[in-house]
Amino acid sequence: MSAIGSKGLILNEKLIFERSTAGRCGYDLPQLDVPSVEPDEKLLRDEIEGFPELSEVDVVRHYTRLSTWNYGVDSGFYPLGSCTMKYNPKINEVVARLPGFAHLHPATPDHLSQGALQLMYDLQQALCEISGFPALTLQPSAGAQGEFAGMLMIHAWHQAQGNKRHKVLIPDTAHGTNPATAALCGYDVVPIASDGVLSVEAVAAAMDDSVAALMITNPNTLGLFEPNIREICELVHSRGGLVYCDGANLHALLGICRPGDLGIDVMHFNLHKTFATPHGGGGPGAGPVGVCAALEPFLPVPVIMKEEDGYRLVTDRPLSIGQLRTYASQFGILVRAYAYLLSMGPQGLKRATELAVLNANYIRARLEGSYHLPYKQRSLHEVIFSDADLPNDCHTLDVAKRLLDYGFHPPTIYFPLVVQGALMIEPTETESKQELDEFCDALIAIAEEAKSSPHLLHEAPVNARTRRLDETLAARKPRLRWEKG
Amino acid sequence: MRYLPHCDQGIRSMLDTIGVEKINDLFSGIPENCRLPRDLELHAPLAEADLQRHFQALAAENSVDDSWSRFLGGGYYDHHIPAVIDHLISRSEFYTAYTPYQPEISQGTLQAVFEFQTLICQLTGMEISNASLYDGASACAEAVLMALRCSRKRSKVLLSRGLQPRYREVVMTYVRYLDVELVEVPLAADGRTDEDAVKQLLDEDVAALVIGYPNYLGVVEEIESLSRLAHASGARMLVAAAEPLAMALYRSPGEQGADIVVGEGQSFGLPLSYGGPGVGFIAVRQKDMRSLPGRLVGETVDKDGERGFVLTLSTREQHIRREKATSNICSNQGICAVMVSIYLSLLGKNGLPQLARDNYSRAAYLREQIAVLPGYSLPFAASVFNEFVISCPRPASEVLQRLERDKILAGIDLINDYPEIKNGLLICVTEQNDRAQLDRLVDALKGAAA
Repeated sequence: MSAIGSKGLILNEKLIFERSTAGRCGYDLPQLDVPSVEPDEKLLRDEIEGFPELSEVDVVRHYTRLSTWNYGVDSGFYPLGSCTMKYNPKINEVVARLPGFAHLHPATPDHLSQGALQLMYDLQQALCEISGFPALTLQPSAGAQGEFAGMLMIHAWHQAQGNKRHKVLIPDTAHGTNPATAALCGYDVVPIASDGVLSVEAVAAAMDDSVAALMITNPNTLGLFEPNIREICELVHSRGGLVYCDGANLHALLGICRPGDLGIDVMHFNLHKTFATPHGGGGPGAGPVGVCAALEPFLPVPVIMKEEDGYRLVTDRPLSIGQLRTYASQFGILVRAYAYLLSMGPQGLKRATELAVLNANYIRARLEGSYHLPYKQRSLHEVIFSDADLPNDCHTLDVAKRLLDYGFHPPTIYFPLVVQGALMIEPTETESKQELDEFCDALIAIAEEAKSSPHLLHEAPVNARTRRLDETLAARKPRLRWEKG
Repeated sequence: MRYLPHCDQGIRSMLDTIGVEKINDLFSGIPENCRLPRDLELHAPLAEADLQRHFQALAAENSVDDSWSRFLGGGYYDHHIPAVIDHLISRSEFYTAYTPYQPEISQGTLQAVFEFQTLICQLTGMEISNASLYDGASACAEAVLMALRCSRKRSKVLLSRGLQPRYREVVMTYVRYLDVELVEVPLAADGRTDEDAVKQLLDEDVAALVIGYPNYLGVVEEIESLSRLAHASGARMLVAAAEPLAMALYRSPGEQGADIVVGEGQSFGLPLSYGGPGVGFIAVRQKDMRSLPGRLVGETVDKDGERGFVLTLSTREQHIRREKATSNICSNQGICAVMVSIYLSLLGKNGLPQLARDNYSRAAYLREQIAVLPGYSLPFAASVFNEFVISCPRPASEVLQRLERDKILAGIDLINDYPEIKNGLLICVTEQNDRAQLDRLVDALKGAAA
């Protein structure tokens, strides 16, 4: 098999608690140069039971070994659909750690934090230009919190108009966060069926004066641009509703199309997708939200104002939906995203989109004969196949696990829900043709294996740190923490 | 562009494979009337060297550098960060990985987060912790939503006035359009939550009582008696720890009867970074496991019976339950949780309590000096940890301004959040403030009294 995955010595490592040895400590405290004072005894706790005792070397070995069991973008190709796993530039890590940023306490007065505020203001302006929205908040901690902020603003706007609307329309291709968010904002969710893309008629049929908003993803989770988007926005507006756009797939549109120009009222960004900030094994991300002019008064506080004598955080905004987190933003993530944006420039961003779309279409062309392609329309930055054509009881999960043996991170699987056994591939622009070819060769070889030796798929992975893990057992008998044995 | 690997020849051959003439043909699905007819107006691209200079200049615009003495707390704390942490999390296998959806090649993240969950349980004295939430305030809001979910018919939540004011505001934002009533519980004269008021406000409609530990004014609350009151009326006791280092010194909320403990983990090895990213945590009792929001890592075995870890109990989450999910959260603070695990592993059972004690002693030293300064007083008599309130002889803003000239950020002005405290200033002391800094602050305060 022509795989980049191979053998290597993998070191075992216990849990940190099992490595503990009484009496060790991996940190020397600064000398106490004031008198030691005893706190009120009644308030004191006993020892922290189970807490580990380790030297610095123990800790370094432990986490270094754990890291070798992981696969990151720096390890190789990571084609997770809808997640935009592009290369994370190293200089961004360097600038985010500059002491002027990293050591800045969030309660520092504005006049002593001008650099941080200017950075945020400039990033805000740049994101407005990219998306076509006149106003924007950087506050939300992640895409899901951005959605939440956006839907709260929609609710607040309706309330200010005296509207009592209780429904939100969501296409069946949507991310699961969309319905969860709408519910969190007190709305009833009405699903609408789409046939790959949303038709004006389908929206018209569901759109009445109890509908507060339509939540749409564009390009949608099938990687298809919603061609009727302008007409749909007009329709929703004409019947008194607003349009929310999930910006998870903005990556396909940089410099080519601006959602704010299409009639969309609110959209969140995922800086950890489109703007190359690292995913950190699950977070942190950042989910800024752009809004149309009518929604500007409802932005979360604080907002950043540019005034004659500098930048200022303003909280006195009576119509605001309020605050979403303890302090103004996931600032360290904003620094990285802004560094990316400045490195790329306007032409670079557009080029990134073009090459991401080229890469996705190249994969599509190379795999079309080997895997079932459920939607034939021209897709953008990602492409979705299914396991429909696989023989011998081989399924999407088996393909994914077999890909591990070949040395690749698998695509997103079983999403979107409208495609049975979906394999959702998003290569991004930072992958070369060679990398894509190796990946496609592996997938084609796996399709062949499914015919000739299906056990290779069913048994996979055999080269990974572990064999296939029993997720059913984990859920049936939850063990969510270590206990002293 | 240095991040783009394509060359013209490769692009040509890819287009041929696809069967189109030019890249633009791939965008034929986007109608003409949706296209941007011009170029984006953004700053021209910067080479790495220019970029670095630009950011250094911006960072330098933040006038406060390490030559300043800083006494700012209020939910974000300036603790020393061991060099080990940045080195370990700079391993790209950690920081460039995605959420561990493929557990067989994500055991590093999964085990580290499983350890995080365990460490949080041990510290808080609770039974189950999730894989982390965005930050302290949003964790507090998620916990309030959870308490409401767990006690279906109840729709009232009592928030202590001592709870971090931003936490209170974020809770307000989260329940804005839900049928929920938030009621503020006043503070007693000693700075703790007023127990008599709690007794009066608790009724059959209250889902949770929420307090800070220590509270925003630095005061150590009496959780045990409040828990008893809450439980007697069927409400959950929710404790929010903005400075969780205090729990290494003082009795854990778990042993005092708390049902939900949330907080901000930034104190444990994360840079201040102007307020983010931090890392929220939430720990609960076994009985509430299935109502817990956010990601969870669980132990299991692989096909060969070897121990391994996976994301689990996902039936609570939005990709399965959609609008009926416990929350819309579909991530955690990943790498920040790993930083907390590394920090707590380094300090461990011996170091963390000692650090907490030293923080206590440093704050006590400063507190005593200020207490005897003419014109200054300590409005609250209850025990504190590393943070406390003083009343100044003139508006705190004037005192702060005066001290800025000596490169001292003396604390947080309480005028907006607690106008009832006369000229209130919130001062925080950590191991980063040595005796010389403390003495200098005392001198400067003396000078600012006149």
